[in-house]
Amino acid sequence: MSDGSALKTGVYRDTLLAGLWRENPVFRLLLGMCPTLAVTAAVKPALTMGCCVIFVLLCSNIIVSLMRNLLKPHLRILMFTLTIATFVTIADLILRAFVPDMSETLGPYVPLIIVNCIIICRAEACASKNGIIVSVIDAVGMGIGFTGTLCVLAGVRELLATGKIFEVAVMPGRFVPWAAMGMPVGAFITLGLMLGLVNLTSKSRS
Amino acid sequence: MDTLSALLLAFLSIVIINNLVFTKFLGICPYLGVSGRIDMAFGMGMAVTFVVTLSGTMTYMINNWILIPLHLEVAKYVAFILVIAGAVQLVEMYVRKCFRDLYDSFGIFLPLITTNCAILGLCLFLDLWGVGSLVEAAVQSFGAGIGFTMAICIMAGIRENLQLADVPNCLKGAPITLITAGLLAMAFMGFAGMIR
Repeated sequence: MSDGSALKTGVYRDTLLAGLWRENPVFRLLLGMCPTLAVTAAVKPALTMGCCVIFVLLCSNIIVSLMRNLLKPHLRILMFTLTIATFVTIADLILRAFVPDMSETLGPYVPLIIVNCIIICRAEACASKNGIIVSVIDAVGMGIGFTGTLCVLAGVRELLATGKIFEVAVMPGRFVPWAAMGMPVGAFITLGLMLGLVNLTSKSRS
Repeated sequence: MDTLSALLLAFLSIVIINNLVFTKFLGICPYLGVSGRIDMAFGMGMAVTFVVTLSGTMTYMINNWILIPLHLEVAKYVAFILVIAGAVQLVEMYVRKCFRDLYDSFGIFLPLITTNCAILGLCLFLDLWGVGSLVEAAVQSFGAGIGFTMAICIMAGIRENLQLADVPNCLKGAPITLITAGLLAMAFMGFAGMIR
């Protein structure tokens, strides 16, 4: 093995890990807040949303990376948006065909992936500057980081709001559900406290 | 007279009860980004109001008069986002020409209105709620913009005072803003069920 390939593997691993934690889209970059807050009342819709985002992010990163040399600077954003809108339409149709109940629950938040800042940010910051392999790895890392965060947040909220996770009761019988956690209030406050916790742990480590 | 009061109710309900920021979580990014100073927050609110009114009305027309008769609903999202991008371009040109200072202080946030979920979100909700007429669509879009302006101005006012408060280090910035937004959302929950 030459040094070149070892260096490359290092770059790939770094790109992947960056998305998972160091540049976690929700906790670190504060991107994609709207779906983060809106779909995390329960774990199942959060997971579905995460999968949609991974799909769209992957496809749009590939396409943007392939056409990065053809783009005119002032038309860039428009092209990104149109690419993303196309893939979101595909994802929406797939959801409606195969998991209609989830599509019903998520409602307009699926088409709202178009304006999710994570996807356009990754297209601009990574895919329009890098080759296809780095773009794919970046998309996977960021997507999994986003999905993971969504599931953690949804887990906490579902547990406190209903005493269940994945619709299976886990809390003892005497547990009184905190109805507010399932409402907008719970979303804002849980995310705020979680961000504070992340700040606290990262500060004490450094 | 009946239609007038219906329109007034629709307007009030989207400003206060179904406020996009507090109940639908739309437009959180600029809400966290631009709510530092009250004058900028107000300018941002006005820009969003203009864009949302324009694009809400136009997407209603495109959806009901072009896409649905031609059975092209599948191209809905692409058409909507194009309309919004065009409207934002208009606002950007106008602000750059007439309010140079405001333009400079907005920086990147002005073109980013395109990716403000409040706008696309409202266009989609108008479609979902099955709004009956063009006038109603226009009133609701305008109301959504006013609701956003109100939310962002309240937040900016609170944050200006928050600078004097002794917030724990790890909660400074975005976390405390989110927690404040949560408390505001709780206050707005009190309006729920007022109009049905």
